Amino acid sequence: MWAILTLLVENKPGILFKVTHLFRSRNFNIDSISVGVTDNPEYSRMTITTYGDEKQVEQIVKQLDKMIDTLEVKHLDEHKTVYRELSIFKIKLGNANDSMEVNKLANAYGGKIHDVRKDSMMVELTATPDQIRAFEELVKPFGIIDVARTGVAALQRSGA
Amino acid sequence: METMTGARALMVAMEKEGVKEVFGLPGGANLPMYDEFARCDIRHILVRHEQSAAHMADGFGRVSRKPGVCFATSGPGATNILTGIATAQADSSPMIAVTGQVPVAMIGKDAFQESDIIGMANPVVKYAFQPRSPSEIPEVVRKGFYIAETGRPGPVLIDVPKDVQQKEASMIFPDEFKIRGYHPWTDPDIMHVERAIEMLLSAERPIILAGGGTIISSAFAELQSIAELLMIPVVTTFKGKGAFPENHPLSLGPIGMHGHAEANKMMTEADCVLAIGTRFSDRSVGTFEAFEKRLKIIHMDVDPAEIGKNQTTSVAVVGDVRASLRIMVKMLMQKAVKRNEENTWIKHVKETKAYWKEHLKLHPGEMGAAKILRKLREVLPHDSIITTEVGQHQMWASLFYDIIQPGTFFSSTGLGTMGWGFPAAIGAKVARPDVPVVDIAGDGSFSMTENSLATAVLEDIPVIVFLLNNFTLGMVAQWQRTFYDRRMIGVDQGKCPDYVKLAESYGAQGIRAQSMDELDKAIKTALKSDVATVIDIPIDPEEDVLPFVAPGTSLADMILPS
Repeated sequence: MWAILTLLVENKPGILFKVTHLFRSRNFNIDSISVGVTDNPEYSRMTITTYGDEKQVEQIVKQLDKMIDTLEVKHLDEHKTVYRELSIFKIKLGNANDSMEVNKLANAYGGKIHDVRKDSMMVELTATPDQIRAFEELVKPFGIIDVARTGVAALQRSGA
Repeated sequence: METMTGARALMVAMEKEGVKEVFGLPGGANLPMYDEFARCDIRHILVRHEQSAAHMADGFGRVSRKPGVCFATSGPGATNILTGIATAQADSSPMIAVTGQVPVAMIGKDAFQESDIIGMANPVVKYAFQPRSPSEIPEVVRKGFYIAETGRPGPVLIDVPKDVQQKEASMIFPDEFKIRGYHPWTDPDIMHVERAIEMLLSAERPIILAGGGTIISSAFAELQSIAELLMIPVVTTFKGKGAFPENHPLSLGPIGMHGHAEANKMMTEADCVLAIGTRFSDRSVGTFEAFEKRLKIIHMDVDPAEIGKNQTTSVAVVGDVRASLRIMVKMLMQKAVKRNEENTWIKHVKETKAYWKEHLKLHPGEMGAAKILRKLREVLPHDSIITTEVGQHQMWASLFYDIIQPGTFFSSTGLGTMGWGFPAAIGAKVARPDVPVVDIAGDGSFSMTENSLATAVLEDIPVIVFLLNNFTLGMVAQWQRTFYDRRMIGVDQGKCPDYVKLAESYGAQGIRAQSMDELDKAIKTALKSDVATVIDIPIDPEEDVLPFVAPGTSLADMILPS
């Protein structure tokens, strides 16, 4: 099971270390992690995606909750959550036609074009991890030079 | 508001927490704090190795249920106490470890005696602080003690850079403080207690499994009320040993790898278990799957993360176990429940207990482990405090030394730290100077921290080391005999040292006991002594601890003496 966890933590040095250390020492895996300060500078929000069966995810949530520096830990239901990840692809261009093809695909996924060169271009894509993976499959034939991904940011929908 | 140095503020804050003793060893980075001992009423107890300081604080904390305090300098001083901190964490023992650190400006520069102790200790502490300015210290100390002793207790590290100790600031010692992400107590849910009662009452073969949490929360009277009211037999985990008087007709003793035969047997036959303050460790339950299917588990624990961690439960009651048990007792009284003593289950339990009392084969010699430990039990007053080292003697103590007054038995059960028992006994004796404190020891384990004899002698802390000496790392030797075809590698300790002479060289009393008569006299002499005593008791190196549940097997597969 793929799970999205959202954590509200104290915005202090060393907290990211403690959270990631907990995953390591309890034998869990982090799929992606993103951290940023909230509107209140005393807190940061971490979004962690991980894999595990229901029991494991429940145990991760309990162990994170037990940490003194976490104020709130939630396992989000992905159907009741807005979650997005930002990715940047650097794609190889073989001929002039390639540039148009990649442009079309980027448009279809709501991506933005950056740094267009004779032999490469960049696509910035903000989407769900599934959509990013699908886009990646589509542009693979052109040749992917590099990819950078931020990890998921997520918030529960109101009233959910 | 008062202006003072960080070091002074730390000592004042600790005095406010009621600290009377600190176990430690000075060095360059904690000297400003040490200098403050000259200006306060806190007694400093010098150790010869920082690990022992942590174990002393641990022993003190377990007995007094108030955090014990240990001091170490930066670098190697700090890394030396890590084992002691990890031991306290594994056994949920309240402790404050204060380390010196290099000055703030030197942190991260690989300075002399610098170690990133905060980073290293992170997975084995309940919390760690590193105040970066002196004015933080009063609140850090207040919060540290609060975190260490509330909820599920544990060790807290306070790492103080040297310049933070030296600098002055105006200090506020707060009464009130807030830790937003820490909610140590949950009120037990009455509905869950109600369901637990229903489950217990409808069970045909109920059993109570009392863990270490029962002892930490002093739920002795409540446990006994429930056991007696419902006529339910009581087994314990090893850490829960002595949560229930072991001479009680309903007591079956500890379960586990070296549990009592009758306890393991009844645990495998029960259909419903009330598990109190336990984490279902592998050493206690073996592989649980074997009988988990037909066993309904009611789990009470203060730590919500323990529910479902190792075991699927039918009913969970989260909260201080004493509070939960109190509610249960009250509800049972209201229901006016009283069970008939002579139901078939209780009869079966009593028969099984009687059978094993008679049929468990023991070492035939005069100085077999069972006879030695039963002699100790016969002579020691019931309020004596027992600590143990780690190894065969520890398991023999579990099997053959009955705890009659609850909460008088302490051991490194989680981390299994060799060398724990002796310094922990010293800490225990500091907390309870009015009762005899005995470290049931083996030669391998005792030799790891034997230099604490210096502390015991110089600081007038007359504990007794009851040394079952088989000149071997006995438990490892037993595994080599059992699983490695008797290939004995790295276990022979020789007759080195001579423990009587060793004791005497420190100014302690050393007595060798080679017969039951000598042993009887030795214990009585030690009890009267005002100096620490080592009783060296040579035993058969070939004696095994039995019964034995091999690792990875279930309690039902117990190996018995042939």
